[in-house]
Amino acid sequence: MSALLLEQLLNGVQLGLSLFLMAAGLTLVFGVMGLINLAHGALYMTGAFVCAWTGALTGSFWVGLGAGVLAAAAAGAVIELLVIRRLYDRDHLDQVLATFALILIFSEAARAVFGAAPLWLDVPPALAGSVALPGGAAYPVYRLAIIAAGLAVAAGLYLLIQRTRLGMRIRAGEADREMVGALGVDIATLYTVIFALGAGLAGLAGAMIGPLQSVQVGMGEPVLILAFVVIVIGGIGSIRGALFGAVLVGLVDTLGRVFLPAAFALVLEPSAAAGMGAALASMLIYVMMAAILAVRPQGLFPADA
Amino acid sequence: MAEPVLAVSGLRKSFGALAATDGVDLALRDGEILALIGPNGAGKSTLIAQIAGTLAPDAGRVTLAGRDLAGMSVAARARAGLGRTFQVSSLAMPLSARANVRIAVQARAPRRFGVLRPVARDAALNAPAEAALARVGLGPARWALPVASLSHGERRRVELAAALAARPRLLLLDEPMAGLGADGTAAMADLLEALRAEVPILLVEHDMSAVFRLADRIAVLVAGRIIATGAPDAIRADAAVQQAYLGVDA
Amino acid sequence: MREGVVSAALLGALLAFGLGAWALGEVFFVNLAARVACVALAGAGLNLALGFGGMVSFGHAAFFGLGGYAAGIAATHAFDGGAFAGVLPGTTSMPVVWLAAMLAAGLAALPIGLISLRTQGVYFIMITLAFAQMIFYFAISFPAYGGEDGLPIYLRSELPLVDASDPLDFFLVSFALLVAVLLGCRTVLAARFGAALALARLNPVRLATAGIAPLPVLLAAFVASAMIAGLAGALFAELNGFVSPAMLSWHRSGEIMVIVILGGVGRLAGPVAGAMLFVALETVIGGWTQYWQGWLGLILLGVVLFARGGLIGALAGPVRHG
Ligand SMILES: Nc1ncnc2c1ncn2[C@@H]1O[C@H](COP(=O)(O)OP(=O)(O)OP(=O)(O)O)[C@@H](O)[C@H]1O
Ligand SMILES: [Mg+2]
Repeated sequence: MSALLLEQLLNGVQLGLSLFLMAAGLTLVFGVMGLINLAHGALYMTGAFVCAWTGALTGSFWVGLGAGVLAAAAAGAVIELLVIRRLYDRDHLDQVLATFALILIFSEAARAVFGAAPLWLDVPPALAGSVALPGGAAYPVYRLAIIAAGLAVAAGLYLLIQRTRLGMRIRAGEADREMVGALGVDIATLYTVIFALGAGLAGLAGAMIGPLQSVQVGMGEPVLILAFVVIVIGGIGSIRGALFGAVLVGLVDTLGRVFLPAAFALVLEPSAAAGMGAALASMLIYVMMAAILAVRPQGLFPADA
Repeated sequence: MAEPVLAVSGLRKSFGALAATDGVDLALRDGEILALIGPNGAGKSTLIAQIAGTLAPDAGRVTLAGRDLAGMSVAARARAGLGRTFQVSSLAMPLSARANVRIAVQARAPRRFGVLRPVARDAALNAPAEAALARVGLGPARWALPVASLSHGERRRVELAAALAARPRLLLLDEPMAGLGADGTAAMADLLEALRAEVPILLVEHDMSAVFRLADRIAVLVAGRIIATGAPDAIRADAAVQQAYLGVDA
Repeated sequence: MREGVVSAALLGALLAFGLGAWALGEVFFVNLAARVACVALAGAGLNLALGFGGMVSFGHAAFFGLGGYAAGIAATHAFDGGAFAGVLPGTTSMPVVWLAAMLAAGLAALPIGLISLRTQGVYFIMITLAFAQMIFYFAISFPAYGGEDGLPIYLRSELPLVDASDPLDFFLVSFALLVAVLLGCRTVLAARFGAALALARLNPVRLATAGIAPLPVLLAAFVASAMIAGLAGALFAELNGFVSPAMLSWHRSGEIMVIVILGGVGRLAGPVAGAMLFVALETVIGGWTQYWQGWLGLILLGVVLFARGGLIGALAGPVRHG
């Protein structure tokens, strides 16, 4: 039982840190530009497709990974220049609709370019295999690598925002858009850079997921919605809240799916327990989000506090 | 002496380390205009907000005609007889002046949430609303216009009409003269003068000529505390008040 | 007045289209007209919350889908003689199915609205989405009513003098419900409740200062809006002879929203115009290319960026307030 628990805890943290890569961009864009971006999942999908396709073409996962991140960042910069910047002054309804439209466009474009059949990607040889956990279970190295990458990005973002000129501008931009403008910072370029940065992180998340699941059209949407749950729980605009929320969601979702059916089996007959347990487990994070918002309507770490 | 219409006692509200309202006591009687003056940031609007229910006080009591308002929502306090205007007008801009006033009549009507009869042809709502608009000096030609197309001064009047249309027990007016110019200020002062007998008024105002013309009593709020209360002449002579207003012409 | 003319013309065109298709024996197009009516009805529901109440709900598929499942479950138990939750038997009586659908959606909307209305702005959008996802995933993983595969409707419901399995009858019933709901909305919105709702959307502080608490007004509108969406869902499920979790998906929520926006937010007949345009695009572009959703995306993007106000805004000018 404890080996299983440890394995599932690691799975939860891995899911959580993948979600963090998605959520960081979303929450940054919302915090600085006040924009709600549904098309973030499309950038994740872009990273996954380009990584899988380039990886298959060149035979190197690492080339694919680089290409995926760059492609997602470039796609982000392009949609920021063409569409997104027209939305900063609009209300959230317009933002939702325009970025919903972008999802439709990206999905069909991906279908047209890469075809409807899913792509598959192998785990890179350097990260193949597994390590023994205390307690005896074997755990895939690749998943540990995702955890490491997520932590590295979190640390990098922290340093970027706290220690660099760009970070200073980001913090200033959150505090007061007009003031940054008055300081002579080129706001338009700053926004494009921030958006592309968030897009690149989404692309990274998408590219890394390739070896764990099939790469297909629509893959960005469940992740997008989870990432929204994450940033809403954490407090929209807060990177710290996103990290906390992401790990919380990852753990609750993973552990719920494993242990809820087992818990129900203690009180119900097996088939009913499996049904109820699975149904409730899949709802669990949404229940958690509703409960948190009912008590704290601004999330756990409101950005303006 | 009769029971005060409004009694505030020991009211306290802090924002972090800042005590915006620091143990305020006030009483207001029928037939009276009590002016509340004080420098910018003294806590006047914060005090009004606590009386009206938009802000919850940390401590203290507010009663309206003897009834404790604790725990009552803004809407419930309004129905209990509090009429209010804001320092910065708060109206529904796309709606007509009439619609903005009509809603206050509707809030006190027997069927507040009727679903059949159109309000546009509901005399029980429109007649009192139009009477209130006429009362504040807004002519029929302006009634159907969206508030967004009215002048600043006209909007202040619409807000006052909305407060009056509800037949309040008490008016809380936060700087009704602000931005009106000399003529507008005089006209507003005439209007308030005429209202004195009808409804008691707690008047927050920076325009000292209007304050000294209208007020029966003046309370001076500085840094969240009432430093003096009394008849206009006594306040004019008060040393502490002069200190607080040093450099401000009073 | 012009908006009234435009609305009547749109409804007249839909009726003429359905009747004309029937006269020409084109069953496909009769069903298409019925589809427009159902989708427009769902849009009319959302429009009440979004357009008239200013509540940007991104979860109305939940209510649409719950209505659909109410119809599906009623038909299933009418077929197999079982009972929902062990107590509610199935039925094929159309009014009872409608009532059940509206009740199911309304009962779900009450707690959802109560919690969601504590939040504002993006949080409201996201929490309504989260509630809808909750119901979506429940439907997917709960096996009793088809789970992921959905639920076929073998028994069509009945109304005296009406045969729901006849395409024309079904179109006429859907159309009549659409007209009835739109007229009902028009009446309520022009009355005192509507006046309070307009203030709650435009300036809740003004409403509260006038003496009416905004929350109950918004909540009532939210629940009514959900009930209309539920009714639309029941009709839609019956039209398709099938209900599945897809009816509850967030894509569906997005589509209902798109219909309202294409037609014109806060315009009574906006959802009718939006539904006609949406179904027309789906059919016409879908006939040319399998990638029709991409084109829909481009058109939607164009409307949001450059043509605010939707179809009704273009036809009847900006909203006029009394
Ligand atoms: N919501 C709030 N959060 C934090 N501080 C606040 C808040 N509202 C008011 N304050 C502070 O409380 C103090 C009193 O503000 P208030 O608006 O009541 O002053 P006032 O007397 O109405 O000033 P003015 O004459 O400029 O209208 C000010 O220092 C203000 O900055
Ligand atoms: Mg003030």
